[in-house]
Amino acid sequence: MSASSAFNDEKGGSSSVGEPEYGHDPASGGIFSSDYKRHDDLKEMLDSNKDSLKLEAMKRIVAMIARGKNASDLFPAVVKNVACKNIEVKKLVYVYLVRYAEEQQDLALLSISTFQRGLKDPNQLIRASALRVLSSIRVTIIVPIMMLAIKEAASDMSPYVRKTAAHAIPKLYSLDPEQKDQLIEVIEKLLADKTTLVAGSVVMAFEEVCPERIDLIHKNYRKLCNLLIDVEEWGQVVIINMLTRYARTQFLNPNINESLLEEGGSGDKTFYGSDEDEDEDEEEKEKKAEAAAMAKRKPYVMDPDHRLLLRNTKPLLQSRNAAVVMAVAQLYFHLAPKAEVGVIAKALVRLLRSHSEVQYVVLQNVATMSIKRRGMFEPYLKSFYIRSTDPTQIKVLKLEVLTNLANETNISTILREFQTYIKSMDKDFVAATIQAIGRCATNISEVRDTCLNGLVQLLSNRDELVVAESVVVIKKLLQMQPEKHSDIIKHMAKLTDNIQVPMARASILWLIGEYCEHVPKIAPDVLRKMAKSFTNEEDIVKLQIINLAAKLYLTNSKQTKLLTQYVLNLAKYDQNYDIRDRARFIRQLIVPTEKSGALSKYAKKLFLALKPAPVLESPFKDRDHFQLGSLSHLLNAKAGGYQELPDWPEAAPDPSVRNVEVKESVFTLLERVTTLTSVPEWTKCSSREKRKEKKVEKPFYTDSEGESGPTESADSESDSASGSESSSGSEESGSGSESEESKEASESEEEEEEEEEEQKKKKKKDLKKPVQESESEQSSEEEERKHQRKSKPRKSESESESDEDEESESESSQSESEDSESEAEVKKKKKTAESKPPPKPLKKESKKEKKEMSLLDLDDFEPAPSPQVTPVNTFLSNSLVTDLEGLSLSDSVLSPATIAPSSALKSYELLHRITGEGLSVEYCFSRQPFSPDANMVAVQMQFTNSASSDTKNLHIEDVKLQSGMRVKEFPEIELLPAGETATAVMGIDFCDSTQAANFQLCTHTRKFFVSIQPPVGELMRPVFLTENEFKKEQGQLMGMNEITEKLTLDVKCRNEHAIVQRVTTAANLSRVPCGSDKECRFAGRTVTSGSLVLVTVATKEEGAAQLTVNCEKMVIGTMLVKDILQALTQ
Amino acid sequence: MIHSLFLINASGDIFLEKHWKSVVSRSVCDYFFEAQERATEPENVPPVIPTPHHYLISVLRHHIYFVAVIQSEVPPLFVIEFLHRVVDTFQDYFGVCTEAAIKDNVVVVYELLEEMLDNGFPLATESNILKELIKPPTILRTMVNTITGSTNVGEQLPTGQLSVVPWRRTGVKYTNNEAYFDVVEEIDAIIDKSGSTITAEIQGVIDACVKLTGMPDLTLSFMNPRLLDDVSFHPCVRFKRWEAERILSFIPPDGNFRLLSYHVSSQNLVAIPVYVKHNITFREGSSQGRFDLTLGPKQTMGKAVESVLVSSQLPRGVLNANLNPSQGTYTFDPVTKLLTWDVGKINPQKLPSLKGTMSLQAGASKPDENPTINIQFKIQQMAISGLKVNRLDMYGEKYKPFKGIKYMTKAGKFQICPYNTPFTGFSLTVLTNQIHVFR
Repeated sequence: MSASSAFNDEKGGSSSVGEPEYGHDPASGGIFSSDYKRHDDLKEMLDSNKDSLKLEAMKRIVAMIARGKNASDLFPAVVKNVACKNIEVKKLVYVYLVRYAEEQQDLALLSISTFQRGLKDPNQLIRASALRVLSSIRVTIIVPIMMLAIKEAASDMSPYVRKTAAHAIPKLYSLDPEQKDQLIEVIEKLLADKTTLVAGSVVMAFEEVCPERIDLIHKNYRKLCNLLIDVEEWGQVVIINMLTRYARTQFLNPNINESLLEEGGSGDKTFYGSDEDEDEDEEEKEKKAEAAAMAKRKPYVMDPDHRLLLRNTKPLLQSRNAAVVMAVAQLYFHLAPKAEVGVIAKALVRLLRSHSEVQYVVLQNVATMSIKRRGMFEPYLKSFYIRSTDPTQIKVLKLEVLTNLANETNISTILREFQTYIKSMDKDFVAATIQAIGRCATNISEVRDTCLNGLVQLLSNRDELVVAESVVVIKKLLQMQPEKHSDIIKHMAKLTDNIQVPMARASILWLIGEYCEHVPKIAPDVLRKMAKSFTNEEDIVKLQIINLAAKLYLTNSKQTKLLTQYVLNLAKYDQNYDIRDRARFIRQLIVPTEKSGALSKYAKKLFLALKPAPVLESPFKDRDHFQLGSLSHLLNAKAGGYQELPDWPEAAPDPSVRNVEVKESVFTLLERVTTLTSVPEWTKCSSREKRKEKKVEKPFYTDSEGESGPTESADSESDSASGSESSSGSEESGSGSESEESKEASESEEEEEEEEEEQKKKKKKDLKKPVQESESEQSSEEEERKHQRKSKPRKSESESESDEDEESESESSQSESEDSESEAEVKKKKKTAESKPPPKPLKKESKKEKKEMSLLDLDDFEPAPSPQVTPVNTFLSNSLVTDLEGLSLSDSVLSPATIAPSSALKSYELLHRITGEGLSVEYCFSRQPFSPDANMVAVQMQFTNSASSDTKNLHIEDVKLQSGMRVKEFPEIELLPAGETATAVMGIDFCDSTQAANFQLCTHTRKFFVSIQPPVGELMRPVFLTENEFKKEQGQLMGMNEITEKLTLDVKCRNEHAIVQRVTTAANLSRVPCGSDKECRFAGRTVTSGSLVLVTVATKEEGAAQLTVNCEKMVIGTMLVKDILQALTQ
Repeated sequence: MIHSLFLINASGDIFLEKHWKSVVSRSVCDYFFEAQERATEPENVPPVIPTPHHYLISVLRHHIYFVAVIQSEVPPLFVIEFLHRVVDTFQDYFGVCTEAAIKDNVVVVYELLEEMLDNGFPLATESNILKELIKPPTILRTMVNTITGSTNVGEQLPTGQLSVVPWRRTGVKYTNNEAYFDVVEEIDAIIDKSGSTITAEIQGVIDACVKLTGMPDLTLSFMNPRLLDDVSFHPCVRFKRWEAERILSFIPPDGNFRLLSYHVSSQNLVAIPVYVKHNITFREGSSQGRFDLTLGPKQTMGKAVESVLVSSQLPRGVLNANLNPSQGTYTFDPVTKLLTWDVGKINPQKLPSLKGTMSLQAGASKPDENPTINIQFKIQQMAISGLKVNRLDMYGEKYKPFKGIKYMTKAGKFQICPYNTPFTGFSLTVLTNQIHVFR
């Protein structure tokens, strides 16, 4: 085998051309040596021990491959070196393998084990490269191995390996399409990947393997939109093109009114279809259509996801990569509302400065776009002016665009340009220009005569091509209004003597024949001349001579009868079938004989029927049914693998497919909180709180949602009941319920990741009311509203409010000792607490809280500041607390609406179990506005009685404070039974200092000295600033008020999300939207004095970062810097 | 995606082929040769050629056709842009992208192509990453390699591909830290015979050569960023920062790169730095034509106009030209009829001129085409749009870099078109009147 291939190679080698160094290459230069031995030296080198010799040999082999010469007989020698230590040799062996493995499948298998080993390497780059080569070897037998390797790599830790896996998918698919189903699974998995590295590659795999499975995109749509800007440029192109198709299937046509208009308008279009008519009426029509549309359907509202796509792709118009710009341009053209499409024009015009190939493609697309949306390019008219140095194909395309852009306002400038073009030396281009003039003349009736005159002038041009082209165009123009222009026809008749271009001659003859009645004297003479030269004419001219003869015979048989006979006789013996046929047919038709049938009567009607004028149309008309920018569009023919751009749907498919299915809608709010990040461990924990919280939130939801209220509240009731039942027994049952919940959680977990975006939207929809309320709440109307709420009977609020709430209130008013039991969840808690050592659940609880809350910080995917609504601190004790405070339940219901975008609650110990003789107290800063006094920091305390006896009369005494500080004590807790926990909230005004508040905690038997010292981060409350406000404020807090510190971020804290999380944990601040992804900004105000606190974390490479704190209160600033620094570096 | 790549030289030889999927026979290039034959000029070969089983997408750079073979739907610009990127990479590696250079470095070329595409889909196209993978050949390194047998392929595993800033190598070290920026503006203009501007626009680029240690974070601000009408960025530039503050903030790639290209808003009037007085006439019946051309500076803000080169495609009827330049040299190619005049620097005191006669074919009628005149020139230390860099700051590193900025203005497609005689048929005054009436 090797011998024969070597022989082939020799043949191939000697026949190939253009190899000047052929003789110098020792590998191929063995012309004089035997064919069998020609690669022997290479084989020897490859077998040697020296890497340098191997390398040299491989280099020569690769050079042979590059020149297209056959080196397949070296396969055994090369494949041995696949495990070579030298990296370059190894790489070249890979090159060789990938090239020849397909031809030598059996031998190629020898190399597989090396790659399989490589797949297990601890280094990600080696794993990736092993997978890359393994998947590039097109050997069918290893399909199962590849499949396995891809599956494994798809769940690799390293995103780079996952990217390689995505690349491998289409390779395997082309090798064995049978694997499609399995590959789709892998694609589905990789689509969920959140790294930018993978996104482009997996979408490419999706496009090649299963472009029809649009459903796989739903869940990843928003993520893809958001990642897009950070994906590498080639991936961007693929993603944008895919999303265009996706959007066409999922959203409504934003130009729905316009398209209605088009449908209506097309019917009564004028014959010439002149654009300007359409334009004039457009506005009127639009109004009418709009009115009609309004009546017919609901006003169009753009799907927020649709908007998201448009918004996130727009910056990419600034890409340096022409393909990306084009992709965005086509996306806008196909998807954007008419008013917004304009933005792409500038970017496309910019591309015209690029290489001529780029220009060529862009101009093709601009030509198509300029027909549909002329106004878009009109301001850039001059950019399409033609330079003499442009290649002809570019000139012709520019001409096309200029013609499309012509209207009655700019036609004079355009025509002036055209007239310079006519003098160009490039004759093809001149011909195209004349065509263009003709099209302008048909489209714009005002200039028709001018153009016609101009063209007639051209008839005396010295260049025959120009004249010929003019004739053809004039013919078309004359057809529109022949009666006016008999002189032109006469003039053209004279040209028959000079013009030799067949098409032009044919055109003139047709014209004369068609309008022979306008030139009765000249026509027969022309026929006479033509009859004379008939035998020498081209076929196309001969046909027209016959036509002319026939028409003249019908109109003026007296003069032309003989001539016609003569011409027909000549034609009868012509060499061309077509001409002979035509002659025979015409003779039968026009010359009446006995045999000729009824048709001859109608001969005149047949020949001299009024013919509609040709519509000179752009070849780019309606080309936009192909996706712009695609190969198919360029060729105006469907290319293999082209995915049709679907039509807009009549009605929008369910937009919720892009959401995560949530089992019970009541979970949404919490889910929203919990799903902001995908830290899988905690979902389990949080789900228990969900259930508890549900009850509190229920009335609130039902209030706003209205429809589903009753059923849901019923649901929750039974739910809580069952919960209390199951947990009534022991710890075990508690854990049982937990596992059950964790199942739920894990079910939703998958989808949670993509939820970030829709959170906001849902929130906006669902929680319109709370948002409003929370806003007003912020504006410190607290007191007033509390009053209102108190005075307002709850029934008036909402009828669907669940019964248990009422119960709880009534109970609480009955007796305070019973009141803690009124809530089902408190009951449950109590029971579990009984069986557990008390501190444990407490800690657990607080941990959960912490984790949970830390998830609240949202990455600002949306730059717009939208208040984050989060259920703050409504855990088990919430209703109890509020009850104790004498607030109506509705207040606690509202508490989730209080704004705490990022509260990470950390518990501190106030009193240890031992010192407290069984009573342990923990406190945390709930970050909730303390409603009785806005200037106070709310401190939530949790009392756990782990002693064997009840504790009574828990209260505060003997408060020792620094001047200015104030404390609002929590209401006395009358009874804390053994094993029970209770929660209370107190307010402390720390006066913006970190001085401790000392006081005594008293029970009925003992007093404990305790103190609460706030971390500086708790002395503030979040405020919402826009980016501009932030900058303005920051500008005012410069100099002494600004503290800057450089730091190196903790390894785990290098992404934006982690930074936000840590900062918000350290300080009660809110995120400020920021244009740069390298910066995170936060803002807050100190609780007492309301001084602004602005924090900026600017990240740099290698984990370096700079922290800037601007605060009027320098002490606070300094301390805050310290705290945040610590949070970020540990 | 991209199936195969063929490199074809001007004489139609395939001198390199590379396949990423299964091998496509080089006979597919016959379709390309056919198209090449049909096209009169080399640049008129259509960039996209459909064949029965494949599509050929080609670009022409440095007299080499890079022909990519694709099999199914792919955005043509995607392929074109990629091919240009390949050429840029070659140029970056070998200094020039000629047939000889490619043949000399065929192994490096192959290694590069292997890394740039995986299964036809672009993998690593950033020059910084590629240089980490495959070191560019230098004379020194080639010598060392031949002596020691070491290789061009990086020994270390390239980590750049994993980085969040894929365009920058890690661990860059320089003893002299310097950052140079060239603001280069090109004027594209079409000017009619009377000297009035038909269209003129300024296209600019900022090319950077950054050699800085570590991970510097640079910001570049302009005195008058409003001038920039339309911009496109290197991927390193933070778009949002530009949107918000009109400041270029970026972590630069190592080495040479194009930071920004921009377009100066067409609302601004473009100052045209040179004027041309020309008179090219042919008389009916005479076999002689007169040629008279004078150049002069205009609106140059006191800067010298240098490297002026005038070229004009004379009509086909012209047999020879006998001209007399007041400075510089001129050549006339009787085959292509291309007249070039290398003027050099324009001295405002003594304006350069080129005068003389052209001989026409005897008996031939007067040519009706008038030649267009293309002009090239350079003006140092000036950006014609008036764009000025305000300051360059570096963050993230401790050392003080040396910073430099250079301005230059060049002629882009600067063309003087000689027609001013209105095309008799289109009496434009009438035309405008008509339109007036219609409204």
